Amino acid sequence: MKTEHGMQGQKKTKVKIEGLSFYYGKYKAINDVSMEFYECKVTAIIGPSGCGKSTLIKSINRISEITCDVQVEGRVLLDNKNVYDRDIDLVDLRRRVGMVFQRPNPFPKSIYDNVAFGPRLYGVNNKKRLDEIVEYSLAKSALWNEVKDRLNQSAIGLSGGQQQRLCIARALAVDPEVLLMDEPCSALDPTATARIEELIEDLKKYYTIAIVTHNMQQAARISDYTGFLLNGQLIEYSITTEIFTNPDKKVTEDYITGRFG
Amino acid sequence: MSIGKRKIFNTFFQGVCRGMAFLVIAALIGILVKVVANGAGVINPGFLWKAPTAGMTEGGIFPAIFGTVCITLLMIILAIPVGVSAAIYLTEYAGKNFFGRIIRASINNLAGVPSIVFGLFGVGFFVLFVGRGIDRIFGLPLLFGQPAMIWAAATLALLVLPVIIVSTEEALNSVPVSLREAAFALGATKWQVVRNVVLPQARSGILTGAILSISRGAGETAPILFTGCAYFLPRLPVYTIPYAHIPVINPLDQFMELSYHIFIMATQSTDAAATRPIQYGTTLVLIALTFLLNLSAIIFRIYFRKRSR
Repeated sequence: MKTEHGMQGQKKTKVKIEGLSFYYGKYKAINDVSMEFYECKVTAIIGPSGCGKSTLIKSINRISEITCDVQVEGRVLLDNKNVYDRDIDLVDLRRRVGMVFQRPNPFPKSIYDNVAFGPRLYGVNNKKRLDEIVEYSLAKSALWNEVKDRLNQSAIGLSGGQQQRLCIARALAVDPEVLLMDEPCSALDPTATARIEELIEDLKKYYTIAIVTHNMQQAARISDYTGFLLNGQLIEYSITTEIFTNPDKKVTEDYITGRFG
Repeated sequence: MSIGKRKIFNTFFQGVCRGMAFLVIAALIGILVKVVANGAGVINPGFLWKAPTAGMTEGGIFPAIFGTVCITLLMIILAIPVGVSAAIYLTEYAGKNFFGRIIRASINNLAGVPSIVFGLFGVGFFVLFVGRGIDRIFGLPLLFGQPAMIWAAATLALLVLPVIIVSTEEALNSVPVSLREAAFALGATKWQVVRNVVLPQARSGILTGAILSISRGAGETAPILFTGCAYFLPRLPVYTIPYAHIPVINPLDQFMELSYHIFIMATQSTDAAATRPIQYGTTLVLIALTFLLNLSAIIFRIYFRKRSR
């Protein structure tokens, strides 16, 4: 497990997007975007619905291509290796880049089996080792104390917020380096949202986090960097406090102050 | 249109639809009542456990029940693995390319082929081509190249295959995309997603569809007409392993079958009128068997639905 903390002021690039254009069939969802995601930092992507936020982060673990016909121009570098290279192993890529989806999507299995699902894919079958991973992952996603006595119960019985934290635990169980979060709180109530936000604050010590959100207060609260996306183009990308207090562009200011979106 | 007129139309169409629904139920009840009323009288332990005697005007129908059960089991063994695998290929791997579209179109056309054509194809392909071919290659006397249970079961399997494939495809497609995404995002391979997420979610639907299609196939006559079923057999299609004295079903033997038995009693018997009570009794047994299969489908569905919660 990684324990190194990001040094104050110093930042290490984990994911680098270079001149990325992304097409669904003929429709161009992302238009020539370049930006970086730093290790042990939270980077938020904001913008109105349909601007390509989700598509942008999903381009990192290449998950869109399982359901859609996609085409990509440009490069997405993970530790300086283009994930669109022909020799990339998608299984390994997706282990290193975990993902939490907009709606909690636990498997209709027990809580334990949900978390153990990933490790089992990689052939971890030792009961003791699995127990360790399950406890560790649930503890990291701040769910352990709530579910430790009912690990064998169905995950479907958990509340929405608990389900989402379970999905985070499930993603953490395969020891990823990057965590993609696609509006992880949009289906949750304010209390559950607050818990997830605390959790993100905690997780960024270990992971590179990219989060899509339509909630600007949330971006301001939890992120170190923010990118503003509009119609598939990256309008502005900077340190979060800069974006929210002193945006470069007029259109960014208009969006942040709620004049559209 | 005035409100009054619209209300009249509304009532009228509701009445028409309800009438049609009742018509369906009435037809079903009519058939059942007639069969039960005429057939229940002849059913007794002897009828179920004895062989026909006296030119089928007396005795029981045990060989036909036995043959029906055997051929249905054999059909299940042949049809379900092929059908389910083909459906998995089509939904998970084939996609929308040219090849996948050709397979899909073929399956839809296969479902529309009349069952007697399957019967003739069964003779031509399974008995004469495959069976005779095996005999010739291994230099056997006429062993595989004649009508037999295995070829009849294969022909029936072919008949129910399109239904199994389509119902399995539906079950697979009803698994939420979000669950597939979740598994892929954890680094699962395609096969792991199918094996660990899609199949467990879809199995109740797959099983239900498969059993329903098989209960449909179990009552078919045309496909087995020339491929293996017999007018009358003095013995059961059973082979006893020498020395060990263990009886096993012999798939290379011919067999008697319920629906065919009804057919020959009604049309080929020297004294069709005298066999009438037995015809009704046989029909009742066949209906009861298919009903049992359907019932097991319902039970499976409830069981798996509970388990996947």
